[in-house]
Amino acid sequence: MLRKLLIGTALATTFAFSAHAEDVKEVQMLHWWTSGGEAAALNVLKGDLAKEGYAWKDVPVAGGGGDAAMTALKAMVAAGNYPTASQMLGYTVLDYAAAGVMGDLTETAKKEGWDKSVPAALQKFSVYDGKWVAAPVNVHSVNWLWINKAVMDKIGGAEPKTFDDFVALLDKAKAAGVIPLALGGQNWQEATMFDSVVLSTGGPEFYKKAFNDLDDASLKSDTMKKSFDNLAKLVTYVDPNFSGRDWNLATAMVIKGDALVQVMGDWAKGEFHAANKTPGTDFLCYRFPGTDGSVIYNSDMFGMFNVPDDRKAAQVALATATLSKSFQSAFNVVKGSVPARTDVPDTDFDACGKKGIADLKAANDGGTLFGSLAQGYGAPPAVANAYKDVVSKFVHGQIKTSDEAVTELVKAIDDAK
Amino acid sequence: MSVATSQIKLTPERSRPSVRSRLQDALPKIVLAPSFAITIVFVYGFILWTIYLSFTNSKTFPSYVITGPRAYQRLWGWTFDSDPPSSWYTSIVNMGIFGFLYIAICLALGLFLAILLDQKIRGEGVLRPIYLYPMALSFIVTGVAWKWFLDPGLGLEQTLHQWGWTSFHFDWIKNKDFVIYTVVIAGVWQASGFIMAMFLAGLRGIDGEIMKAAQIDGATTFQLYRRIVIPLLRPIFLSAFIVLAHLAIKSYDLVVALTSGGPGGSAWLPSNFMYEYTFKRNEMAVGSASAVIMLMTIVAIIVPYLYSELREKPR
Repeated sequence: MLRKLLIGTALATTFAFSAHAEDVKEVQMLHWWTSGGEAAALNVLKGDLAKEGYAWKDVPVAGGGGDAAMTALKAMVAAGNYPTASQMLGYTVLDYAAAGVMGDLTETAKKEGWDKSVPAALQKFSVYDGKWVAAPVNVHSVNWLWINKAVMDKIGGAEPKTFDDFVALLDKAKAAGVIPLALGGQNWQEATMFDSVVLSTGGPEFYKKAFNDLDDASLKSDTMKKSFDNLAKLVTYVDPNFSGRDWNLATAMVIKGDALVQVMGDWAKGEFHAANKTPGTDFLCYRFPGTDGSVIYNSDMFGMFNVPDDRKAAQVALATATLSKSFQSAFNVVKGSVPARTDVPDTDFDACGKKGIADLKAANDGGTLFGSLAQGYGAPPAVANAYKDVVSKFVHGQIKTSDEAVTELVKAIDDAK
Repeated sequence: MSVATSQIKLTPERSRPSVRSRLQDALPKIVLAPSFAITIVFVYGFILWTIYLSFTNSKTFPSYVITGPRAYQRLWGWTFDSDPPSSWYTSIVNMGIFGFLYIAICLALGLFLAILLDQKIRGEGVLRPIYLYPMALSFIVTGVAWKWFLDPGLGLEQTLHQWGWTSFHFDWIKNKDFVIYTVVIAGVWQASGFIMAMFLAGLRGIDGEIMKAAQIDGATTFQLYRRIVIPLLRPIFLSAFIVLAHLAIKSYDLVVALTSGGPGGSAWLPSNFMYEYTFKRNEMAVGSASAVIMLMTIVAIIVPYLYSELREKPR
């Protein structure tokens, strides 16, 4: 009996040990990049790691979307079963860091010079308490216009430089019988557009005060009221069926020429590429009028968990590969975003990507790189969602005037803080 | 146990039946024990845990520091925020509209269809599964199918416009005041066939002699159903009500798939509110408090009803 038990234990230990040895050479990754282009982009990273002898293991997530992944992550962390890394957004990284479950990559960061190459605004989310806890993968920017060139030529429009130009352009499209503005009436899309409207109406200083610092005076100011009025003006140019539409369907309207323009982050470019459209000849990318020189960003990050020491080598390899110039370039060319470090050559990028890289660098140097409130980079999720509620209720008419909208915004943000 | 075995050996003919009968007595308890324990922990244990969390300051992660009923105070404040409607106000008003219409229409339609199918018609074997089939679909599939059908740019309205009826207008799914009724439509479509099957089973169980007796006494068909059949179906009403009530309160996926929350969040139900606040807004205390309020509401409705229905059982 005792012998059997001993043998059993020995066997179990051996199995456990051998399983462990495999773990050490394995990168366990939780992410929701499963669609064609994104998965292809991630394969580059898998290849890079395989060259160094690390196997890639996806942590399965039922449901696909980011919300499901975050729920799964919460459960894994609560059970003490950390993945090597997880795709994460903004304040989530800081929440987990505050809970003390994130690893420390400061040594690697120093060696690789991340402090200098990663924009300071991003480091707010990837560095916690002086320690590097996440590796940013990309920088998306939100204040873009995506325009169908054929429609633009037909109506004889030119690049709008101010908000009034933009309204005039939309009027032209309306007169020509095209849907002027393609919008998906879901709260995050409306709020994403409103981010740009506020930056355009109030300027960079105002955007930062209101949507990054949550300054009360700015939130209730007349400028904010004016921003809501401008949003209301834009909403008059959408088609009656906009409510509830997915963002990629709105992009498809522009691609097909049913609509002139969409205000959306640069992930929309992926849809244009998938439809074999080239920037400059088929579609145009301009900064949202009146926001040239500033960038409202959000960023995907790989949060690095506090894994046992024997798994740390794999984690360091992952982080190093993620922020390597070659991967940053290869991945972001496909994803539509721009590299998360400012020293990556832009040779492989298309015209829009080149502009994005130049804009990011200029905004980083000039201090006009701001987190998007709608995308959860301006304030914690409770506040960001309260903001989306107000914007969406204003767009759909539950909140009727811009006066009321401003009052509600201040109230909702105070309540959520 | 070893003592018991030795006793068996000593006096086999007397104690064997006693052990056997003791085992027989205990067997149901032994078999039920694991599921009982699992239910205690994973249902009632977590109910208590949720109640506990609702009194803490839990945000992203559960926190165990009791900080008082602040979450309830916030919900209470939102309950009266009707202009502009707070998300919580919208959720509970929608629950009222959806719950009432969904249960009432499903019961009425299910009963009506069952009575029609019970008229010894030809092809019942084909018709019954047709009505029953929607129940086999998940809420997600139902939601997406109805989303396309009701979308004015894709479905019904567009089709009728192409056929020439250009004045037809049906945009409830895009309208903040009517979107909740589209959830009712999709929900009723899915569940009424199942309720029909329940009523049909009940109708088949009614003794034909009673019907014949009533007909001999000169009851009209209407009277027959009104006075005899429907009262006899009372236990089916109870089962159907409970099935529908819990489906109504659980409805989360239907709202998400059909409306993605509706224009400006106007299609939210309390379950959407709970999920949003707990998992997306990192306000776990508020989410827990809303879950507790949902539970209390169900208890307040179901318990008196169960009590009044089951009280007369020992007849």
